[in-house]
Amino acid sequence: MSTTFKKPVSMRDNVMHYCPGCGHGLIHRLVCEVIDELGLREKTIAIAPVGCAVLAYDYWDFDTMEAPHGRTPAVATGVKRVLPDRFVFTYQGDGDLAAIGTSEIIHAGNRGENISVVFVNNGVYGMTGGQMAPTTLIGQATATSQYKRRPEKEGFPLKILEMMALLDGVVYLERTSVHSPKDVLNTKKAVKRSFETQIGNKGFSMVEVLSPCPTYWGLSPVESMKRIETEVVKEYPLGVIKG
Amino acid sequence: MAKIKYLSTGNEACGEGAIRAGCRFYAGYPITPQNELTAYMSRRMEEEKGIFIQSESELSAVNMVMGASAAGARAMTSSSSPGISLKQEGISYLAGMELPAVIINVMRGGPGLGNISPAQGDYFQSTKGGGHGDYRLMVYAPSTVQEMFEMTYRAFGKADKYRMTVMILADGMLGQMMEPLEFDEDIKPEGETRKPWAMTGAEGREAGSVKSLFLGEGVLEDINDRLQAKYRKIEAAECEYEEYRTEDAEVVITGYGTVGRIARSAVDMLRSEGVKAGLLRPVTLWPFPYERLRELKGKGARFLAVEMSAGQMVEDVRLAVQDDPKVSFLGRTGGGIPSEGEIVEKAREKFTSKKEK
Repeated sequence: MSTTFKKPVSMRDNVMHYCPGCGHGLIHRLVCEVIDELGLREKTIAIAPVGCAVLAYDYWDFDTMEAPHGRTPAVATGVKRVLPDRFVFTYQGDGDLAAIGTSEIIHAGNRGENISVVFVNNGVYGMTGGQMAPTTLIGQATATSQYKRRPEKEGFPLKILEMMALLDGVVYLERTSVHSPKDVLNTKKAVKRSFETQIGNKGFSMVEVLSPCPTYWGLSPVESMKRIETEVVKEYPLGVIKG
Repeated sequence: MAKIKYLSTGNEACGEGAIRAGCRFYAGYPITPQNELTAYMSRRMEEEKGIFIQSESELSAVNMVMGASAAGARAMTSSSSPGISLKQEGISYLAGMELPAVIINVMRGGPGLGNISPAQGDYFQSTKGGGHGDYRLMVYAPSTVQEMFEMTYRAFGKADKYRMTVMILADGMLGQMMEPLEFDEDIKPEGETRKPWAMTGAEGREAGSVKSLFLGEGVLEDINDRLQAKYRKIEAAECEYEEYRTEDAEVVITGYGTVGRIARSAVDMLRSEGVKAGLLRPVTLWPFPYERLRELKGKGARFLAVEMSAGQMVEDVRLAVQDDPKVSFLGRTGGGIPSEGEIVEKAREKFTSKKEK
């Protein structure tokens, strides 16, 4: 009998702290599968963000490092420049990457740092209690947009990939989702392409993954997946943005 | 051994000291009065096959150093006062992660944007912890261009030995003035450079992690206890100071860096007037020479603390001599530099009886 499903070697056998229906566990696993398939485990240094995924080192069985909130791409720059033959990626949420770390991600991209970025966009700050993020949709209620996000008061959802596409140093950008099996597979493909971009020394790449946060969306896990399909992808269209 | 000798600015001397110490990663951001150092590294790092990055911000620079250090490199950043304020977040994380780093602060006048003249207003920030949490930096205070080189060179060995940030606290005068600099042609990096804890990929070993988040009950307290034990060890082993004419001194002037050299001349002037003056110049600001000051007080000395600040190191001098209110203070701020004459005048006013006057 052949094995059709097993835990990636790069993944530790720990119970995750993530809420039921959260996308992080799934995306962690996809990252580990790709690392296994590309034989990168012993060459990898991953930089974890501040946010829900700060404990990624409890789940990933390769070298990891933390960064101050949002400084993740700057820390990754330091690691990769010192160890250009190793594989370096950041894993960041939308608070880390699209709010406090906007400057660091733009300039790492603009310098064409040969790193990969997995950007998990769930539209809220999960770790701190569901506050509004730059990526929160118009009309979405959060702990800090209690009257629902209004453009005239709270501004507009920030489309990081479309901004990054303008930078000459950035070679590959794709937005995917995990709301259906097909999208999960697409996400894995995109992560793989991003990692291969780095291995081929081609430069900066980033995959934005639309991910559910049932806890702070106030929805069930199934309803959360439906919300991505019917609402979130309208604001954040899926597909290759650059490359 | 053949010597290399040339005229150098203090800023460039720091850069060369770092290179000779094996520093191969530098990230920096333009700010006066330390720009000569960043420019120097832009040229020298490439010659030495090292890495130079002009970062988009001070925050980014210190975080690049954090990554480079975690990857095992000897790494450095530099700035001047307002930029050092921005780096405080990273400095706290470096302490929590126990990563070695060297940071040069070529101080200028503050607060705020202040001005670009020499100042010593960042003593509290450097020695008492400018970022959050319980941590210390080793702080060296050079007073010549030669010391800018030597202290930066030595800082890397100390940073690696103790796995912590070592700061060189200089000022705009030391950074920009030129003096002769001399060092051995084949000077080699000091101390242990192997770093088994570095994140280099988990080949042939268990996966590791460099972090400062410790959520388990009691874990962070244990880590803090370990940090404090390390700091006690440094206090016992690493305190350095220079004394001048203190053997029989009745008046001891304290001053570091630029002020240290001015105060030295003031001591000679006071001596020529018959005042038994001496100088204690702390070379390390942390650890601070509390013990030596206590001894000098025991021998009957009175103190005059001189700084280019409104009075920061004077608090440590007073602490050393049990809050003796007789510790006098002379400070200039905003880029003002105390002259020998001012110091002499103050010492006369405080320590010479009216009759003698």
